[in-house]
Amino acid sequence: MSENTPKGKYYERFDSYSRFLHLLIITSFISLAITGMIIKFSGVGIFQFLSELLGGYAVTGFIHRAAAVVTFIYFGLHIFYLLRKKKQKKFSFTYFFQGENSLVPNKRDLQELIQTTKWFVGKAPRPEYGRWTYWEKFDYWAVFWGVAVIGFSGLLLWFPEFFTSLGLPGWLINVATIIHSDEALLAVGFIFTYHFFNTHFRPDKFPMDTVIFTGKVHIDELKEDRPREYEQIMQNEELQQKFGDAPPELLVKAARIFGFTALTLGIGLVLLIIYSMIFLYQ
Amino acid sequence: MKKFLLLLLLGSIVFAQSKDDQVCLDCHNDKTLTTTRNGKEVSLFVNGKSFAGSAHEEISCTGCHSDVDPSNLPHEEKLQKVSCATCHEQPVAHYERSLHGQAFKKGKSLAPTCASCHGKHDILSSKNTRAKTYVMNIPSLCGQCHKDGTPVSGLSTVSERKVLNEYSESIHGEGLFKRGLIVTAVCTSCHTSHDILPHENQFSSINRNNIVKTCLQCHRQIETVHQKVINGKLWENQPHKVPVCIECHAPHKVRRVFYNDSYPDDMCMKCHSNKDLYKVVDGKKISLFVNLTEFKGSVHTVNNCVKCHTNVNQAKNPVCKTSGKVDCSICHQSQVEDYNISIHGQKHYGGDTNAPYCSDCHSTHNVQSKKAVNSPTFARNVPELCGRCHREGKNIGLAIDEHNNGIVASYRESIHGKGLLQSGLMVTATCVDCHSSHRELPFKDSRSTVNKNNIAATCAQCHLGIYEKFKQSIHSPTVTKTDKKLPTCNDCHFSHEIGRVDKQDFRQGIIQQFGKCHEEVSETYFDTFHGKVTKLGSTGAAKCYDCHGSHEILPSTNPKSTLSRNKIIETCQKCHPNSNRKFVGYLTHATHHDKERYPYLFYTFWAMVTLLTGTFIFFGIHTILWFPRAMKERKRLREKIKESEETHE
Repeated sequence: MSENTPKGKYYERFDSYSRFLHLLIITSFISLAITGMIIKFSGVGIFQFLSELLGGYAVTGFIHRAAAVVTFIYFGLHIFYLLRKKKQKKFSFTYFFQGENSLVPNKRDLQELIQTTKWFVGKAPRPEYGRWTYWEKFDYWAVFWGVAVIGFSGLLLWFPEFFTSLGLPGWLINVATIIHSDEALLAVGFIFTYHFFNTHFRPDKFPMDTVIFTGKVHIDELKEDRPREYEQIMQNEELQQKFGDAPPELLVKAARIFGFTALTLGIGLVLLIIYSMIFLYQ
Repeated sequence: MKKFLLLLLLGSIVFAQSKDDQVCLDCHNDKTLTTTRNGKEVSLFVNGKSFAGSAHEEISCTGCHSDVDPSNLPHEEKLQKVSCATCHEQPVAHYERSLHGQAFKKGKSLAPTCASCHGKHDILSSKNTRAKTYVMNIPSLCGQCHKDGTPVSGLSTVSERKVLNEYSESIHGEGLFKRGLIVTAVCTSCHTSHDILPHENQFSSINRNNIVKTCLQCHRQIETVHQKVINGKLWENQPHKVPVCIECHAPHKVRRVFYNDSYPDDMCMKCHSNKDLYKVVDGKKISLFVNLTEFKGSVHTVNNCVKCHTNVNQAKNPVCKTSGKVDCSICHQSQVEDYNISIHGQKHYGGDTNAPYCSDCHSTHNVQSKKAVNSPTFARNVPELCGRCHREGKNIGLAIDEHNNGIVASYRESIHGKGLLQSGLMVTATCVDCHSSHRELPFKDSRSTVNKNNIAATCAQCHLGIYEKFKQSIHSPTVTKTDKKLPTCNDCHFSHEIGRVDKQDFRQGIIQQFGKCHEEVSETYFDTFHGKVTKLGSTGAAKCYDCHGSHEILPSTNPKSTLSRNKIIETCQKCHPNSNRKFVGYLTHATHHDKERYPYLFYTFWAMVTLLTGTFIFFGIHTILWFPRAMKERKRLREKIKESEETHE
């Protein structure tokens, strides 16, 4: 198998732009999550302590708004990325939404979901996943939806006087509070558990998959994990240009340190939330 | 009646025998008629004219000299002494037991007899202005002996020698001499005419037990006059505690002012200047030393010892023996009445030795005005004074309430304490301003100044402006009639820890206070942004009173309320400058649990909950199923790697 690889054994799954965006997402998301949960669970001692640790409500409030700005920035950068890619590769909208590697869910995802469930219980072989599995697509749209919903409700809470002066009723701020807060709980809860498990903690990847930081995946792993994408690459010479050497040791090391920090923070926050919700919050 | 009959009898005799007097005068009209008694030449001359004008004119010579028989003259040379008692039985009896009579009996040459004051043949009625015994003449009559320089004065003390002088300067003497008042008191008014006894004698009109009665002859209803000076109930309940007249109004010198030396302080100080003087009570030595210099510097310096130590008794030795505790109510009636009501008084009389008495705060002889900077009752020293007992480690501190041990310490840190101790303000509240100085009562007592029903009025002594606002507010008992407890000043401001309302401690702490009564709205407050940020320590975030107002708080339905429709925008603008009509529609006490009142919130919340639980359940199942499969996958992959490694070798 490996003799077919023209350049090296490592395939670049994520370009540097995407990796950088994910870095932005991680840092801003964790910042938002911690500072946001502090105010959501302001009645709980451990979060009050956390607030003090970070320098008080004024500092956490600032961090939260700053990270929100970062969020809007990466959201914009991503849209820009998509548009630029579409222009460069001369993709049509049809291809964009229905093509082979589109992130828009399609019929095959449903089939794969069913087959995956069967595979879980041993009734079918493992599906031949492509570039994006259905749960990855869910992750993507969750963020897309989340940024939009949490972002807009957040703006409403940030500038209530402005929005009400446009004619929006005052109680909408209360509604926005609930949406912002609970949608955030969903996002935090989902990312720090299911996304972590699906991507990093599942036994065949444990303890973490560094591909999002290094961008590179070993050809064997790719073939095993995403046979359909592998086939696709093998048939496309242009894609084979993306093969190269193993990522530098230093990068892998940095990726592991950063990744583990993010994972620890995430897991820690989830534990605090569960603790607060079960034992202290109502 | 007896006297009257006697006079009637004598009168008839006198009339019959008036001619006999001329017989007597035939001899006794001779100015040269003398006789020798005890080696002394004594005149036997009788002035017929003056006798004729005398009170005894009508009873003739033999009325008194009964041993002379006019029909058998000349009579014996030595006649019996005239006995006034034949007619004046009682006065003579009194005279005989009197100081004068007793001295005479003992043969004291200076002792006066009846004639010494009344004269002999020229005797006049005391109503006769020419009589020596006429009220106007009494002081000079007595003064014949009782003044400086006379032989009698040699027998008496210095002060007694001045009696006449002092009397003439006294209000009584002034009345007599300057105003010609014959109703004023003269020597005999107090000492009696014939029954003159030393004041130690229990029958004496000037004995301590009788003097009041003596004075009351003229000065009726003394109680009414002295009501302000002496506690009214004391007259009825404990008359022995009431000082007698002369203890304030020195005899002979009496004026409308107090006199200090009815019992001179020097006498007291003879013993009490001794530093080693002590008494033993319950086996404990108690010093009886009195620091006179200290006393002279005290606010009581104008008073003499016996003014306070009223139970001094001449019959005792020393005179102050068992004179008992000083009763300050003699002068400070209202203060002592308050004290008696106070917890201090109750405990003191209940036998609690820890309970303070007047002297414990004001000291005994070194009593200082509360305006004196060094006085323990000076405003700046009051916390320290009360803290002597009300402080951690002091026995009373434990006895009162374990939680209140830090009273003085927290007072020092309070805005009142800082005002007093750091800013040196004299107008700041000290312990006594709230608890009263003499009528301290536990807050549970409805009469206490710090009782919940009275505390607002107590604070209003200084914070009147606030009180007036508060009275109009919904929290005022005059506005809201309810069985529930209404908040009063100290429910929000605390008592001893009272702090500045713009400081973090207050702005954070007060939220907890409000929650005590307004539990539901306070809970929903914490569900919204203001409350959440407050919980994280924000002092700036709006607290209850930032919107509702503090002392002037009114229901939002009241047009004057800060939350009324026409005022709410302005209220929100305090923090949100761009506040507008729609903006104020924000629900500061919103809850998503109330479907009726907040349907939008309710449905939004449940939609979110459904979304969350749906997602979590779906992926939960997904993960649970995946896990065992992934474990197998992991095993398979490892075996594969192992295999490829082996083939590679």
